Amino acid sequence: MGKVGVIAVGQSPFVRGYPGSIRELAFEAFKEAMQDADITVKDIDATIVCSAPEYDKQRSPAGVFAEYLGLTPQPTFYVETLCSSSTTGLKLAYSFVKSGLHDVVLVLGFQKMSEISSAESQERMGRGADIQWESPFGTMMPAYYAMYARAHMAKYGTTSEDLALIRVKASTYGQINEKAVYRKAVSLDMFTDPESPISGPVATPLRVGDCCANADGSSCLIVASEEKAKALSKNPVWILGIGAASAPVNMAGRDLFTGLTVGEIAGRQAYKMAGMTPKDIDVAEVHDCFTIAEMMAYENLGFAKPGQGRELIRNKETYKEGSIPVNVDGGLLSKGHPIGATGGSQVRTIVLQLRGEAGAIQVKDPEIGLVHNIGGVGLYGNVVILGRS
Amino acid sequence: MAKKELDTRFSKFGTVSFTSISKTNDFVGYLEQGKVMGTKCKICGLEFFPPRADCYKCLSSDMEWFEVAGKGKLLTFSRLQYGPVGFEGDLPYAIALADFGSYKVFGRIAGDIPADDIRVGMDVTVAANTLPNGQLNYVFNKA
Repeated sequence: MGKVGVIAVGQSPFVRGYPGSIRELAFEAFKEAMQDADITVKDIDATIVCSAPEYDKQRSPAGVFAEYLGLTPQPTFYVETLCSSSTTGLKLAYSFVKSGLHDVVLVLGFQKMSEISSAESQERMGRGADIQWESPFGTMMPAYYAMYARAHMAKYGTTSEDLALIRVKASTYGQINEKAVYRKAVSLDMFTDPESPISGPVATPLRVGDCCANADGSSCLIVASEEKAKALSKNPVWILGIGAASAPVNMAGRDLFTGLTVGEIAGRQAYKMAGMTPKDIDVAEVHDCFTIAEMMAYENLGFAKPGQGRELIRNKETYKEGSIPVNVDGGLLSKGHPIGATGGSQVRTIVLQLRGEAGAIQVKDPEIGLVHNIGGVGLYGNVVILGRS
Repeated sequence: MAKKELDTRFSKFGTVSFTSISKTNDFVGYLEQGKVMGTKCKICGLEFFPPRADCYKCLSSDMEWFEVAGKGKLLTFSRLQYGPVGFEGDLPYAIALADFGSYKVFGRIAGDIPADDIRVGMDVTVAANTLPNGQLNYVFNKA
């Protein structure tokens, strides 16, 4: 059985208040991917549409998009694992191609979060956890991740400043990413300046600046068999490893609060499948929905030992010029986090990096890249390893 | 034929409940009596908190209730400055997770504990609590 490649990538700008409907938002990423591969809709054998439900009113968006994008009568369906929906879509696309069922599969992730208010959005996200036993206490995503941050600080001595450094890095690259929703600079001083909008507490110990920006956006990946990839693309990027895991939805059902087991397990699977170790990774995109999430990803993926993630950021090892560049597109923190579009956008960044087409954020000559995409509070995790050959 | 009355006691759980009917509705009944209860599988003895109606291990639905008693250790917590829709009136409040040995408990920290007094590792007990809007939950108190 041959390899499976990503032959085209696309992403809409990530924005607040997209001035169009969800099918029009989907078109933006779709158009860029179709032009990237220079193929037609006739080449696409199946489509997988990915988002987290209840942000817009459309039920079963797959059929609506297939019609709008000219992808009928080929099969299409919808998949969701909250914030990791589009890498779950990628895993399914990989399976379809690998099984020989389809040769070319399009994965379209989207989210129009601005259809509802920020407080409603928090309530929706909170309901991506345990609605029977936890939501009645008034939970929300920042508070759950804050509990992980508190546990990490208590066990390892990680500081609020260490977490802030991650946001400073994100903003360094968000400023030069034309598709990022948050283009402003963030300095360490802003975290301690009471006048700064990012210094206020959201859920202790996390502050406004520790949290990612909600956004509207779409992403599109086209996945193909080795034969088709070589025929349709000059520079396919290959999927070398792909892992996925789940964890108990209820915090009370978990044992680890200083890391996300799904990232660790999915990472281990992906490394094993690719025959690689963390040292082989030249550039990575990790799920930094909150600063603590990036810190835990460093450790769960083996870039640092447990409790040592802070040394990576203190020494700027995860900057573009460092030993393991992470989220040099601004990450979820600055690029923005349109839930269902996020994983596809992370894959797009790595594909562009491996092709040498990442422009101002290009890392020097990377061979191997990694994508780490988490759904909910470490409820779902996907890790994908991509390579040039 | 008379309409069977629905047991919707679960809708009383928490400031806002998102569930109205559960086979664990008795949990809310016990909260009304001031007790915080979990379930234990009568077949294999596995203890569950939060309570479950069904045991995934031996596939039995034959459960008995036990009271969450004694001291737990606070594993982690967060104090919220913003809340989801429906919880605005409770702010600020702290959520936490405590380890009771064979099970863990997720809940609120009692509102009368000053923020600066909450520490990871501190001993806590659990108590049933009636909220200002008449709903029921449970809170952690300092042991």
